[in-house]
Amino acid sequence: MAEEPDVRITVNVNGADCSRDVEPRLLLIHFLRDDLGLTGSHWGCDTSNCGACVVWLDERPVKSCTILAVIADGRRVRTVEGLERDGVLDPVQVGFARCHGLQCGFCTPGMMLTARWLLDHHPDPPPAAIREALSGQVCRCTGYENIIRAVRWAAENPTSVPE
Amino acid sequence: MQVPAHVEYEKAGSVGHALTLLARYGPTARVLAGGHSLIPMMKLRLAQPETLIDIGGLAELAFVTRTDGELRIGALTTHAKLLEAPETASQFAILQDAERVIADPVVRLWGTVGGSVCQADPSEDLSAAFAALRATMVIAGPEGNRSVPVRDFFTGPYETVVGSGELLTEIRLTAAPASFLAGSAYEKVGRRAGDWPIAAAGVFVSLDEDRATITAAGIGLTAVGADRFCAAEAEEFLLGRLATVENVARAGQIAAGHCRPVSDQRGPADFKRHLAGELTVRALRRAVQRALRQTRGSGATGSAADGGGA
Repeated sequence: MAEEPDVRITVNVNGADCSRDVEPRLLLIHFLRDDLGLTGSHWGCDTSNCGACVVWLDERPVKSCTILAVIADGRRVRTVEGLERDGVLDPVQVGFARCHGLQCGFCTPGMMLTARWLLDHHPDPPPAAIREALSGQVCRCTGYENIIRAVRWAAENPTSVPE
Repeated sequence: MQVPAHVEYEKAGSVGHALTLLARYGPTARVLAGGHSLIPMMKLRLAQPETLIDIGGLAELAFVTRTDGELRIGALTTHAKLLEAPETASQFAILQDAERVIADPVVRLWGTVGGSVCQADPSEDLSAAFAALRATMVIAGPEGNRSVPVRDFFTGPYETVVGSGELLTEIRLTAAPASFLAGSAYEKVGRRAGDWPIAAAGVFVSLDEDRATITAAGIGLTAVGADRFCAAEAEEFLLGRLATVENVARAGQIAAGHCRPVSDQRGPADFKRHLAGELTVRALRRAVQRALRQTRGSGATGSAADGGGA
């Protein structure tokens, strides 16, 4: 079968419109990493189990290894590169740094984006709600305890700025 | 690296447009909704459509509405929306039970109800829940809509009656009359958070005015090779009988006896058969408790405060 023609897509990524010609089969995670050079989002299990590739599509966190780039056409994507605002880290990022919420850091971008979404909807989540929200994301280093602490720290310091 | 094979892509602007595209591309096209079932299958090359027809933007198919006698769920309703929908309270609490344990919260935000049932995975949770509720599947096609009982919807693993030019648009559930004491529940055992079930059972029951005689029973089973995702023999046994501990236990035995689980990485067949029986019993118990609680005025069954045994 002949290769299908590329499709022109325009995706607003972290506030900037990005237009590219892509194959319809291209996955969003590869579009972000390979076409746009945004390597903060990590490509992990490839089976929508690990959550390392979580980004926001419009207002929802999604596993970008299971979303086609063409689906994002005309939509907004927010990646870990878009968590900070005007050079100020998001409280979730500060929490992960302060509470040692990461070791190798591979799962961290996805964890932080889901955590940001959780806090936007539930500003003061108990640890059980944090565990539930992050239950589709895998960390092989921390044993999760420090990730829970990091998200709690962000909940308790919603207007924090790094020292 | 897992990537889908070459594929063409069309975005549908309406249900009518989707049907036109399906007619144009024929059986080599597949409908793309949330993609959380289809895209993994395409990565594994278990599905290799030549064209994807993306219906993901059709807001007209994303709804949950409750009228007097009916709960209607649009095919593009996400799992998260169904989980949060107040319309599923009371006698449809089985849907909240099931949605709470389908995949994980992030997947539930994008995966759709219609996409899940059209995937027809033999371990799919909603298939059992809808079988218990005797749902009606509404399918749009070139000649208009047709309705198919969910128990006739699945024709085999990964196969449904939805034809190549057709589209599942809606799932309809008939509510029991307000005078009935009706309750439902879903019980699942999995290996870890977000996994497919090792086995799961869903139950819908209604009780007579005597608060004891079973006037309707639906039992859905998944992941255990149950014919049409239901336990028809156990349903038949319960009908007209009292909701006693003994009868509930017997129904579990019958359900376990009639399913055909196979051994795989999720567990040996005899363990799954045991679970089919035990989870049928637990779901029955909980459904009966919820049905009985309906007389307490609020009708707000399905809360997290479920008690112990029947």
